Parts: sequence; C-alpha cells; structure tokens
Amino acid sequence: MQDIITQLADKRAAAKAGGGQRRIDAQHAKGKLTARERIELLLDEGSFEEWDMFVEHRCTDFGMAEQKVPGDGVVIGYGTINGRLVFVFSQDFTVFGGSLSEAHAEKICKVMEQAMKVGAPVIGLNDSGGARIQEGVASLGGYADVFQRNVLASGVVPQLSVIMGPCAGGAVYSPAMTDFIFMVKDSSYMFVTGPDVVKTVTHETVTAEELGGAITHTTRSGVADLALENDVHALLTTRRFVNFLPASNREKPPVWPTSDPASRQEHSLDTLVPDDPARPYDIKELIVKVADEGDFFEIQPDYAQNIVVGFIRLEGSTVGVIANQPMVLAGCLDINSAIKGGRFVRFCDAFNIPILTLVDVPGFMPGTSQEYGGIIKHGAKLLYAYAEATVPKVTLITRKAYGGAYDVMASKHLRGDVNFAWPSAEIAVMGPKGAVEIIFRQDIGDEAKIAARTEEYRQKFANPFIAGARGYIDDVIMPHNTRARICRSFAMLRNKDLKNPWRKHGNIPL
Amino acid sequence: MFKKILIANRGEIACRVIRTARRMGIKTVAVYSDADRHALHVRMADEAVRIGPAPSAQSYLVGDAIIAACRSTGAEAVHPGYGFLSENTGFAEALEKAGITFIGPRAHAITSMGDKITSKKIADKAGVSTVPGYTGTIEDAEHAVKIAREIGYPVMLKASAGGGGKGMRVVRDDEECRDGFTRATNEATSAFGDGRVFAEKFIEEPRHIEIQVLADAHGNVIHLGERECSIQRRHQKVIEEAPSPFLDEKTRTAMGAQAVALARAVDYQSAGTVEFIVDRDRNFYFLEMNTRLQVEHPVTELVTGLDLVEMMIGVAAGEKLPLGQDDVKLSGWAIEARVYAEDPFRNFMPSIGRLSRCRPPEASEHVRVDTGIEEGSEVSMFYDPMIAKLVTYGDTREQAIDHMADALDRYYIRGVSHNISFLNALISHPRFREGRLSTNFIADEYPEGFHPGDVPREDPALAAVVAGAVHRCLMDRAAGLSGQLPSHHKTVSPEWVVLLDGGHVPIAVSTIPGGFEVVCAEQTYRVKTSWQPGAALFDAKINGRHHCFQVDRTGVGYRLFHRGAESDVLVISPRAAELARHMLVKKPPDLSKFLLSPMPGLLVRLAVTEGQEVKAGEEIAVVEAMKMENSLRATSDGVIAKVLAEQGQSLVVDQPIVEFG
Repeated sequence: MQDIITQLADKRAAAKAGGGQRRIDAQHAKGKLTARERIELLLDEGSFEEWDMFVEHRCTDFGMAEQKVPGDGVVIGYGTINGRLVFVFSQDFTVFGGSLSEAHAEKICKVMEQAMKVGAPVIGLNDSGGARIQEGVASLGGYADVFQRNVLASGVVPQLSVIMGPCAGGAVYSPAMTDFIFMVKDSSYMFVTGPDVVKTVTHETVTAEELGGAITHTTRSGVADLALENDVHALLTTRRFVNFLPASNREKPPVWPTSDPASRQEHSLDTLVPDDPARPYDIKELIVKVADEGDFFEIQPDYAQNIVVGFIRLEGSTVGVIANQPMVLAGCLDINSAIKGGRFVRFCDAFNIPILTLVDVPGFMPGTSQEYGGIIKHGAKLLYAYAEATVPKVTLITRKAYGGAYDVMASKHLRGDVNFAWPSAEIAVMGPKGAVEIIFRQDIGDEAKIAARTEEYRQKFANPFIAGARGYIDDVIMPHNTRARICRSFAMLRNKDLKNPWRKHGNIPL
Repeated sequence: MFKKILIANRGEIACRVIRTARRMGIKTVAVYSDADRHALHVRMADEAVRIGPAPSAQSYLVGDAIIAACRSTGAEAVHPGYGFLSENTGFAEALEKAGITFIGPRAHAITSMGDKITSKKIADKAGVSTVPGYTGTIEDAEHAVKIAREIGYPVMLKASAGGGGKGMRVVRDDEECRDGFTRATNEATSAFGDGRVFAEKFIEEPRHIEIQVLADAHGNVIHLGERECSIQRRHQKVIEEAPSPFLDEKTRTAMGAQAVALARAVDYQSAGTVEFIVDRDRNFYFLEMNTRLQVEHPVTELVTGLDLVEMMIGVAAGEKLPLGQDDVKLSGWAIEARVYAEDPFRNFMPSIGRLSRCRPPEASEHVRVDTGIEEGSEVSMFYDPMIAKLVTYGDTREQAIDHMADALDRYYIRGVSHNISFLNALISHPRFREGRLSTNFIADEYPEGFHPGDVPREDPALAAVVAGAVHRCLMDRAAGLSGQLPSHHKTVSPEWVVLLDGGHVPIAVSTIPGGFEVVCAEQTYRVKTSWQPGAALFDAKINGRHHCFQVDRTGVGYRLFHRGAESDVLVISPRAAELARHMLVKKPPDLSKFLLSPMPGLLVRLAVTEGQEVKAGEEIAVVEAMKMENSLRATSDGVIAKVLAEQGQSLVVDQPIVEFG
C-alpha cells in the first residue's frame, strides 16, 4: 500500500513536471505560462479538480514507447470561476509540443461530455504544435472526435477558446466551432496552412504573425473575437467574460447585485444624435450610458466596426447588445457586419440572453464588391438570426431605420417584443433625397422643385409617427429616459415563453 | 430698472449674466448662432433669438443682428459680456442711436482706452505711471547712454521693426549700453533691413496685476483692489487670483488711486480694469485699460462679496453705486483656474468634440464654477475652447489653493482632452505656492513644454491603496454572482498585488464598517468611503485625510486620476503577480518612422505613393477635421516605405498614415 502511495506521488510529480524544467524555462522565456499555471490563473484559487493525470499515449512507433509523460500533453478537469462551475482543458506545449494524440483527444472529449451532462461551460486553452505525427491516422481520428463533440455541445454549453500558442492545420477547426476565440498577441497564431506551404503554393512571403496572428484575426479575418496583451491579461479577461455567461442553455443569465438604479437618467443623451442627419456620433456612448455601471464587454471591437456587439448588464443581469455604429461606414450593413451580428444574435438566443438592438442604419452597403461577395446571402444571416430568436428582444431606433435594413434590425415584424424610437427616429423606405429622386423622377434637374419635394418627404416620413400609427413602434421615448424604459421592458419580459415550430434544424443561409 | 435685457454673448459669461439678471428680477434674452442652438445659455434665458450661422463674424459680431433681436424682443439694454462686441465703439454708438442702453462704459471711454498711444497719453496726463521709454530713434551709442540714464537701468533696446527677439538687448550700465546699441543696430539691420532702435525700461521679474474699478454716472469712482494674473501662457491668462500675494497695502492704495484717476480722466461709467505691469521692486507701470467685464472678475467678487454684473446693470440704469471706497473690504483669498478643452501634452492643441462626460465639482462656499457647457455639449471649433472657470475661495491663499486642488480632482471630463493635469501642476508647484510669480513663470518652469514627467507625483502608495479598495469592493460584489456551486461559494482573499508604474505593490485589503482597511508597505490605511461600483469619483477619508480619485474601469484593470496624474493599475492575486513576472515587456512600436494623424478626421488627400522620395516640408497628406484642412508635411527627407491609410478614410488620433523607409 505504502508502495502504491509512493508510486502515486511519483506519478503526480512526473505529471506536474510536464516536459521538464528545461522546456518549462523555454516556455517562460517566450513570455508564456505552462498549462497548469494557466489553469491556476483561470480558476478560483484551489478550486481545480484534475482528471486523467495518469493517461499516457499508446504509440509504440518511432521510439515513442520510451517517451511517456503522464497526462500526455493536456491537463483537464473542472473548477470554478467566481464559484461557478466550468470545465477546462489546457494543452501543455512542454510535452511533445502539446501535440494531439489519440489519448490527448480522449481527455478533451471527456471534459466536453461531462460539461454537457451537467451544463457548464468548456474553456479550452490551446497551445499545440498540431497532430502527433508519430500516431498517424489515430491522431486525425482524435481531432474528428473533438470536432464532433464541439458540434454536439454547440448551443448546449458555452464553449470558449483561448489561443495561447500555435494552432495550425486541422487543429484550428476545434476553436473555430466554439462560441468565442480569444488570442494572445505576439505569442499565438492560427492558420490552416503555415507560411512555408503558402510560400510553396502561392509564392507569397508572409510571417506567421501576419498570416494568422491575433491582430490579423481580430481585424482582418474576424476569426477571433479579442486580441489580448499576454497570458495573464487573457486569462483575467476570460474570467471577467465568464461572469456574463449562463452556464448552459438550460439556465438564465447570471445576476449580481448592483447599486446602479434602473431609473438613472442621462440628460446628455438628449443631444447624442446631431441635428445634421449626415453627421456621425458614437453609438457606444449610448451603450455605456444604458449599461449598469457603464460596464460594456465588447466582442470583436476591431472587426466590422459598423456594427457593435457585446454584453452589458441591466439590473444586474446579462443582456446582449447589437448596435449600428454611425461612426463607421455610416452604420451601413455589409457582409462582414451581417455575419458578425448574426452570429452574436444566435449565441444570445441559444443561451437565453435577452437582446437589445440599437438601430441607426441607412441601409445595406451598395457596390459590386458587396453583391459579388454575396451580400444577399450574408445579409440574410442576420435577418434569419433575428427572426429565429425567441429570447426577449427590445429594440430602440435612434435615428435612421431605412429600407430592408429596418426590417432586419429586430423590427416588430420579426417578433420584436418592445420597439422604441427616439423623437429623432426616421423610419422609411429610404432617405428623403433618394426617395424623392425616384418618386419625382420627372423633376430631376429642377433643383428648387426637388428641394421642396425632399422637404415634403422629410416632413412626412422623417419622424417616428407613421410607424407609430401602425403599431410598429410601441412608444416614442425621450433619450434621457432610455435606461429606465429598457430596463422596465426587460423586466416585463423576464418570463417570456415563445417556441419555434418543431424541426430537425432550420436552414440558415450559410 | 430695466425689465428686460439682452446678453450679446455666449458660453459661461452669458449664463453668468443671466443668473444675476434673474436674481434682480430682470427678464433675459439670449442670442445664438446655429452652432449654439442647444447651448445652456439659450435654455437658461427667458427668450432666445437666432442671429446667424456658426462663425462669430456672421453671428456674435454682427451688431445689426443684435439690435434687431433687441427690437423684436423689446429688450431695453444689452450686456456684451467680454470679447465679441464688448469693446466695440461702433456697436455702443449704434445701440445709443437705437435707444438701447449699453451695459458698459460710454463710447468715448471705449475709444480713448482702445488705442494704445491715446490711452498712454491720457494716463500720463492723469498722473498714472507708464513704462519709461524713448520712442524716437536713437542716433548713436552716446545718445543711447544718455537716454538709458534718463530712463534708469536696466533698459531694453529694441528694434523698431523687430520681432522674435532679434535686435533686442537688455543693458544694465553705460558700458553694456554702448555695446548693446551697436549689436542691436547691427542685428536689426541684418534681420529687418532697418537699423532703427528704441529704448524702454526693462521690467525685471514682471508681474501682471490689475485693478478693478467701478464708476457710476454721478461721478462716483471706486476701486475693488487688485487681481494678479501673472500665470500666463503665450499672453493667455491661465490662473488668476485676488488679492495678489505680492502687493503691500501701500502699493495697493497707490495703484488703486491711479486707476481711479484714470477712470475719472475718461469719465468712465461701469466696471473696468486698469492693467499694470509690476517689477520686482513693486514699481508699477500702466499697460492698458480694459473697458469691459474681465474673464477673471469672479475672484474680485469672491473677496469683495459684490456682484459686478449687478453693479454694471445698476450703473447702466442710472443708479448710484451703492457703496463708497471706504465700504470696500477685502476678505479671504480667491483663485481662478481656466479649464480648457486642450491637450497640455500635445503643445496645448485645442481638443474639439463632444463632452461624453462632464461633471463639475459641486458648488459651495469654497467652490464656484462658471460654465456654459454641460455633459453632452460640443466643444466647437468656432469659439474659444474654454470649458469652465473654476474659482475657489478660502480664508488664506493656502486654503484657496487646497480647495482648488480638490476641485480639480473632482472635475470629471471625458470625450475631449482637458488641461486639468497642467492646472494641477501649476497650483501645486512650490514656486506658485510660495507666490513667486512672474509672467515668465510657465516659460521658466516648463521651457520645453509640458510633459507627463512634469506632473507632480503624489505618494504612489495612495494610488495602490485606492486601487485595492476599489478592487476589493468589486470582488466582493462578484462573489455574490448567482449560479455558484452549492457550498463552494466564492470567498474573497484579502491578499492582492497592485501592478502600478511597472512595479509590484503587495497589499492586504479587509472590509471594515463604512470602508476598507488596507495594509501597504507595513502601513495601515483606514479608507472610509461610500463608493459603489460604477461611481466615477472615489471619495474617501484615508487615515483622516480627505482624497478624491477619479476611477475608470479598463477591462480587467483601472485607470486612476488624481492630482493631475493618470495611472493604469491592475490588481491581481499574489500568485498571478508572481506569474506576471514571466510576461515580456513589449516595446512600444517605434512611431518616429510613421506619420500619425494628429487628430480624428477624414483623410481627404494623400499626396504620396509607396517608394516615393519626399523632401522635408513636402505635403504628404491632408486631414480634414471639423471642416478645417490640416496639411501634414514631411519633417525630414526620406522615402515612403508603406502607405497605411486610404484617401477618404476616417482616421482616429495617432493613426499611422504612412511609414517612412
């Protein structure tokens, strides 16, 4: 018995040593933490319960039989963040470069399955050189097993990926199917094929950072959601983020006490929308002034900035915000913003997070690049997502709500529960100028006439009353009361019960 | 008394005049340009009249528009405030012709004091001391010596055609004078092609001290003591105070008497200011007379207890001054700081835009805030970017300064840059505290401009203590999050490490009734506060002393603002701090190789392409901000390595436009 206990201690020590001090030092020298250190920072102190410390790979080829490290390059288990349960796997770059073996994959699948059973988020800390090549197809099979569980868990429990080192080839598809991807600047990258292959095939010279670094994926490709400074910053941010999320699709969003009164008035909002309809303003000021304590966790802040998405709390409870941003491309919807917004709406809907939509949209972006790029199909994603969503939906039109884009942005017709407008709202098929040039085509060239017609159109349609008369707008609210009115609407909607017809799954235009 | 008056101004001074008029039971009419449609002064007034488009030349400076506004509203009198039409003889006369009272001096006084030479002549005649000098051309070195002796050393020799310090010499004796004359003449000849030189008394350690006078139409003239306005940046007053820490009773009386004499000499009626320059031996010389209400009048109001606007209105209505010279009693000390929307760290560049947050300190017997701007207002390019005049009052100068430091800590402004760091640095400067002022103060103390390193450092432990308390409060709240594992509820540890200025400060934070106890570097701090998450001001008594920090959340960290210093802090567990030591310190990118956009705006023109050679001074790009085109030029010869922005693109401040090779 004593012998077993000694062996146990030895095995634990071996597992904790990972790839050995030399490799740990190398990891530190790169400004990266080890798999276990990362878990320590991610979870509440002392809350981590580790599983599968004794798992070893089963490969015997290429001398692998002699090289075994207990745990096999990934640390798994569960713990708490602010007392709330989460499951975690953390790849250990010091052990075989964090490469994925069959056994390694089985460990990841184990936490995912358990997380789905008990309903708690899965957080993956990725730092892996890729497939365990010595294992050949067994490693590939392992990836596919993980992918399959990612898909089964999708919409059941939140899945987060924090990319803290390399993530290349097939390995990228597991994070790609999770709900959010955070990347560490300068020390992480993601790509399907690396710079060497790119060079051979397309003759492009590009560094790993340029091809798939945190900046690339958060500004150009939109693959990742946040670029964070370093490991510590990334893990602290992940903790902060998890505080917003429900544990599963069976739960409501978490709540905490706040002293910020729902009735707080913000008189400066009365002047947020400029008199000149062509002048932009920053919609984030509205988001921050509506949110509890001004706290806004923005997702994809540097990608498709013409739409703003993220989480706030109202009366202590999480709400997802989607807002057109007049500061960028006048707030037009285009391919990228439709995809960004659509995916966010679906996340909120899957996890019972109420949706607040702030509308100032002059329409869809015109142009060949948009049409050739398939704006019809991609714009439909946002429309589909809003129409499908059954969570509480409160919408506020601050200024422009023109054309099809009005319909898309959580309009009453798409089962918007409460649709407000500010007095500055203009709900119309298009802007007065464009409308007049179509209706009064014969007058084009006669500037005085066109100006008069435009003014006439503006008088008639550049206000919220036509829509209000049809009940498309539930009320016109004063900007300074926005927080109070929105909070009360969501409070009213707390027990909303709406179900879509049964089906295997819908067919969102992918 | 008038029933209705019109205020021909905008901003804080319009609001300030309206307040007094309202107290006196007089109805008010505001005027506004298109840019000011929603301004505070418009809403405060009983009536408001639009007078034109945004540029002042088409609105606030159009006398006819203002007279028309008087007619349409039935206003009997006009208060001009300061600036705009306040010292415009033509306007005063036009009002008179229209039968509308000008709340200010008579046109004759404005004219005679508005001209430098005339005013100096009148002053001389009235027995007011003026800067001794010789305005004729000096013939040769011996002539120069003779004149210099008459003026009295030190003397400044100046090129008649001069400017920029060329051809300027300060001489202190005959020897220096002969030599200086030759050099100044030579320099002037080579620089301006005109060798003429004149002489003037050189004022050592000059101070700007002015006397407030008040006169009615019945021949009564009094003065209300002085204001010292020596703290100036490029001739713009920054900080003013009353009384002056420099004057003795004898000088004050003498200056007051001269100011009154000058006012009498021009038959002055209304409030006016006689400006003097004072040397280190308390010799004072007349500079000019301002025939209007001064920006800095509130400091006089606080030490005299009088309302100058009320006096002006009364005088204009033909009333007698309600007090004589003997009734004027100065008590306490008042200081005014001008809060501007400008970036002190970028050479005081005006910062225009929307004030997303603007919360002045609360008014009290010690704090007065004169402002025409509120949260959500726009600081427009069309007018002076002043946000407010912050005035504090105390029994002593020291108290007034302390109240100012506290009031600056409480002034919460976001959305535009502001000069609060600079104002705080000035008032906490030891030389300022000692009262050793001069008009060269800012140039002497910040010769290379104002930099973050010039912000005085407070005890860094204090920032760590506040960050610790804030963090503890938020962590305790987070521990109340719903959905925790039964019997595994989060408990908050007292041990934390504050990452501040690149250093690690270990602290222990525990909660006590009404606040926190923080142990930092073996010192115990009792922090009494009612701060709640989301509040912008962390108001606390720390070990019995009162402190106010501005706290913004920055994701997982905090940005603290206190005594003009901004610090980004992170509060993490001791274990996280240990691991944080492995994080690489990332070098900030070398921005000297980039042309950065100096302001948010639109890139309307990009004049270069990749690989192009550029010469110093060559235009590279044009950024349009608020309808103004700003040409960005190469500072040295080079090659454009990369173009990083496209024509037509919106730029944020500091966004790279091109990279040099």
